[in-house]
Amino acid sequence: MSEQLTADVTIDARGAGCPGPLMDLIGKVKTADSGTVLKLQTSDRGSVTDVPEWVEKAGHELVETVEHDDYWSIYVQKA
Amino acid sequence: MTRIVIVGGGTGGTVLANRLVENLDHEVEAGEVEVTLVNDSPDHVYKPTFLYVPFGKKTTDDAVRPLADLVDRRVDLEINRVVDIDTDAKAVELQDGRDTLSYDHLVLATGAKLVPDEIPGLVEGGHHFYGPEGAEQLRDALADFDGGHLVLSVVGVPHMCPAAPVEFTLMADEWFRQRGIRDEVEITYTYPIMRLHGLESVSNWMEPRFEARDIHTETFFNAEAVDPEAGVISSMEGEELDYDLLVAIPPHAGDDLIADSGLGEDGWVAVDRHTLEADHAEDVYAMGDAADVPTSKAGSVAHYEADVVADRIASEVRGQLPTATFDGKTVCFIEAGMDEATFVEFDYEHSPDPRDESRPVHWAKLAYNESYWLTARGLL
Repeated sequence: MSEQLTADVTIDARGAGCPGPLMDLIGKVKTADSGTVLKLQTSDRGSVTDVPEWVEKAGHELVETVEHDDYWSIYVQKA
Repeated sequence: MTRIVIVGGGTGGTVLANRLVENLDHEVEAGEVEVTLVNDSPDHVYKPTFLYVPFGKKTTDDAVRPLADLVDRRVDLEINRVVDIDTDAKAVELQDGRDTLSYDHLVLATGAKLVPDEIPGLVEGGHHFYGPEGAEQLRDALADFDGGHLVLSVVGVPHMCPAAPVEFTLMADEWFRQRGIRDEVEITYTYPIMRLHGLESVSNWMEPRFEARDIHTETFFNAEAVDPEAGVISSMEGEELDYDLLVAIPPHAGDDLIADSGLGEDGWVAVDRHTLEADHAEDVYAMGDAADVPTSKAGSVAHYEADVVADRIASEVRGQLPTATFDGKTVCFIEAGMDEATFVEFDYEHSPDPRDESRPVHWAKLAYNESYWLTARGLL
């Protein structure tokens, strides 16, 4: 199922600590068009809770979080 | 002849130039090595001074000294602006008359610039203290301010000196108390993520202090627009705050040269976080605010990075394998009011652990600010 997810924008924030990945996502969401699906790749465990919290507060949609061996892909659709 | 070209005469570039001619003194004296520092102004600016200007504790002149007074005479100082970097031809193009400077080793220490116009209305509606004009205008605005809602909004992340918005907020609180108008002032601090600071332990340090001083906070607040007429700042998250005086940490950007030369798509040079070598070109280093490393954009970082880059380049010049690496060391003082401060020290592997604030640390910060000019000379 996760293989079928496609993203319009990929943000590779692997290797960056908090709050780098979340701020990278916020920066890209700021300039994206409504409906854009963004994939955030992060190796920071905190992102898995911080990103959904922000997405809910900002009114966007958390599509899915996919866990890989040493990082996560978090898919977000801009409202 | 080995040519080393450093672009940028801020803390990182200046310390590096001085350290290089010291490390390579025999080679420089023998004419085998040439160190050129290019800066687009004859002045060196110590930006931490600006924090004190709004409160009348420093002037903008205190932040400035001629670069020529700080740089070793063995450094070739070129007051000019680099307008193009060709990493294939290993040359930089200068703006005024002279064609190009060829290099064997290039170091980019081009810093960060403010781009407040990325947020509609911010230039007209907001103040800042991140440059001389802004700090002076804020000083006048604060002097006139006798009550109302002060909003300190951290708009741009990453930004220079991550301690400064914390310091300004706590200093403003105490300054208003000293002036006897704190009861007339409401203070709100906003931050883009789920806590009060990027560093969790600093956020934990801030929380009880802000609460005790009746400083309101808004988290997950990413400013999107300012309406100067209505006095409203609004966020991507749909929040709106009315303000009477808005002090913002503006969005920052790297020098256009970086993206234009393909060294970093976001405007910061992509580097190895330990060696500081550029990912996308040979014989190019980046340091200070210009480098995309996962620590603060702070003077201490530029200073420690300069030591590493100086050692690495000196090794390369001598035909040795460079072994010096940067471990992310960062040291920042944090003012907790007008006469007490704490400090944080951390690196890539260790988080900071801020202690309770004290008067001696405040005086240590002021003393260091005075002795900074020795750091720039490469002596401290």
